[in-house]
Amino acid sequence: MQQKIDNSIITVEKVSHAFGDKTVLDNINLSISKGEFVTILGPSGCGKTTLLRLIAGFLKASEGKITIAGNEMTQIPPHLRPVNTVFQKYALFPHLNVFNNIAFGLNLKKLPTEEIKKRVMQVLKMVGMTDYEERDVDSLSGGQQQRVAIARAIVNEPEVLLLDEPLAALDLKMRKDMQMEIKAMHKKLGISFLYVTHDQEEALTLSDTIVVMSEGKIQQIGTPTEIYNEPANAFVADFIGESNILNGTMLKDELVEFAGHTFECVDKGFKSSEAVDVVLRPEDIYIFEKTDVAQFSGQVTSCIFKGVHYEMMVTTPEDYEFMIQDYQSFVVGKTVGMRIKPNDIHVIRKERYFNSFEATVVDKLHIRFSGHSFKSFEAVKFEAGTKVTARINFENVTLDDNEENGMLRGVICFILYKGNHYHVTVRTENGDHFYVDTNDIWDYGDRVGIVINPELIEIETI
Amino acid sequence: MYRKIRSFVGRRRNWTIPYVLFLAFFVIVPLALIVVFAFSNNEGGFSFTNFRKFWMQPEAMNTFIYSVGVAIVTTFICLILGYPAAYLMSRMEPKRAKLMVILFILPMWVNFLIRTLATVALFDFLKLPLGEGALYFGMVYNFLPFMIYPIYNILQKTDQNLIEAAQDLGANPRQVFLKTTLPLSTPGISSGILMVFMPVISTFAIAELLTINNIKLFGTTLQENIYNGMWNYGAALSLVMLLLIGITSLINSDGSTKAAEEGNLI
Repeated sequence: MQQKIDNSIITVEKVSHAFGDKTVLDNINLSISKGEFVTILGPSGCGKTTLLRLIAGFLKASEGKITIAGNEMTQIPPHLRPVNTVFQKYALFPHLNVFNNIAFGLNLKKLPTEEIKKRVMQVLKMVGMTDYEERDVDSLSGGQQQRVAIARAIVNEPEVLLLDEPLAALDLKMRKDMQMEIKAMHKKLGISFLYVTHDQEEALTLSDTIVVMSEGKIQQIGTPTEIYNEPANAFVADFIGESNILNGTMLKDELVEFAGHTFECVDKGFKSSEAVDVVLRPEDIYIFEKTDVAQFSGQVTSCIFKGVHYEMMVTTPEDYEFMIQDYQSFVVGKTVGMRIKPNDIHVIRKERYFNSFEATVVDKLHIRFSGHSFKSFEAVKFEAGTKVTARINFENVTLDDNEENGMLRGVICFILYKGNHYHVTVRTENGDHFYVDTNDIWDYGDRVGIVINPELIEIETI
Repeated sequence: MYRKIRSFVGRRRNWTIPYVLFLAFFVIVPLALIVVFAFSNNEGGFSFTNFRKFWMQPEAMNTFIYSVGVAIVTTFICLILGYPAAYLMSRMEPKRAKLMVILFILPMWVNFLIRTLATVALFDFLKLPLGEGALYFGMVYNFLPFMIYPIYNILQKTDQNLIEAAQDLGANPRQVFLKTTLPLSTPGISSGILMVFMPVISTFAIAELLTINNIKLFGTTLQENIYNGMWNYGAALSLVMLLLIGITSLINSDGSTKAAEEGNLI
């Protein structure tokens, strides 16, 4: 990590925020340097917009400290903060024309009319909207409204420009053009940009630094290349770009086993036979006619032309599925050989190896955790009231279509395809997470019942 | 025969016939009659006598001007009282705001004559004099909900992003109100003005009851003339009033059509 403290324009320290009893941000630490382009990237509902609103001042953090340009600003109202925001739906004032929309902030500062006119004309030129100053904002296209929204923010010369998914409402072509313009504008203005998006490609294109968020937590902070090439965990690997993510075992330093084969790799420092996640980018797997140089083989099950490359799904005899991208196509049904360079195998330490809950023994047959009393045959070994740890392997949790059939109810909040099965995260009503390995296909947001076989709950003393 | 009826009823266009007939008999014909009566003398010939009479007779003219004055003052008081009420309601949590709206509208479910008679009784009970003060009280009391509701409706629909944008650009709470909330709520204000001003101009029962016939409004003059068989003169006066209401709604049309589109009119 670089030392950024001296140069930072915004620091967010230990910030947590909750709506009611739902925690949306959990202990966020972040620092933004002067002139840096930082993107907060994450799926919807990960807390990224909340974080931006905390910095803009529309929300007051429940816990933690926010410093902007050296001043503590955690509880300061938005009109006194040296930041300006570009809103997702532009939020242009419908009762004012383009000129007066842009001049809104300058008028409030009571600057001389000449100065206001000069500065408005300057930014209009910068966003390529000269001659539009008399226009009604409702008569502008989405892209033009977006330009006015940006002009209205930057004309105030903020220390930091906050952008809340500013391109989400535009079509693809327009979005690409605007991305380039925003990048050029950032270079020209020299101020910091804090950009919120759920579009990973946008984040990779624009940013100096990307902050990947999920479930109210920061998953990784790094440059686009770092995030893409060295994802910190399976979530980041899955969210940024396409990936094959598989369960593997680290046999010894620089030797990993996955998909039923052993591969040389470059990672070390793991315990012997430690369970790991292996990330393979689809463009890093070489595919060719089956020959002796192949490390493993498989059969092509689908082949789609994607413009520059072909995207193929290949199933190995061990029943693992790989996504492979190559300029060369192979027909469906063909047996092919594959090879992966040691450098292209990314080994990631697993965040957890099993479900683990703090539990209390209720009686000889039951233990209580996650707000529910579960039957467990191991409970007999402990006194009632003992505090213990309940451990359930991923494959021993069953999900039921019918919520009512489960001991607990939950919602599917993350799905990871592991080549031959799905690793599903279920969030229960009280906010606990259950991690499940399953062959069934679920969707995000599915409501499920959670069932655990009493024989398969292992109990350990703390 | 049966098939003929069926095809007649089956055609959607024919469903409007009862309504068109009703409209013709009870709206268009009476309106046309008013115009005919207004422009004819007692013998039935075409003339401007009635309008000349209105113009020349100071009594009718003065009542007219006084009525317009009462309507303007009532509308103004309603606006001063109604805007803050609507503003506060729009900032409440939806459940409480809904309850408040119902409380404001509840008195409207009682016939307004009964309400006004009750007001008279209340003034008697409190030993307050009936007269001009009571008249204004009665007017404001009766028409305040018509001001509050459209304003509340538009304030409640105001895009919260615009308020935040104003804050973000450096507006303090007072400036946010003056430069964003207030200008954005003008369609509600004009719709409210229209809905108070128009009926106040023509009402006469409130004035009769709350001033014991001491103050005459234009509506009263009109009613008296018709009541006393002076149909031609009465019709002319009605036409004058209709013209005034027409002008007010024209001035307001920009705002009120916008408000009407958003379903603000009760």
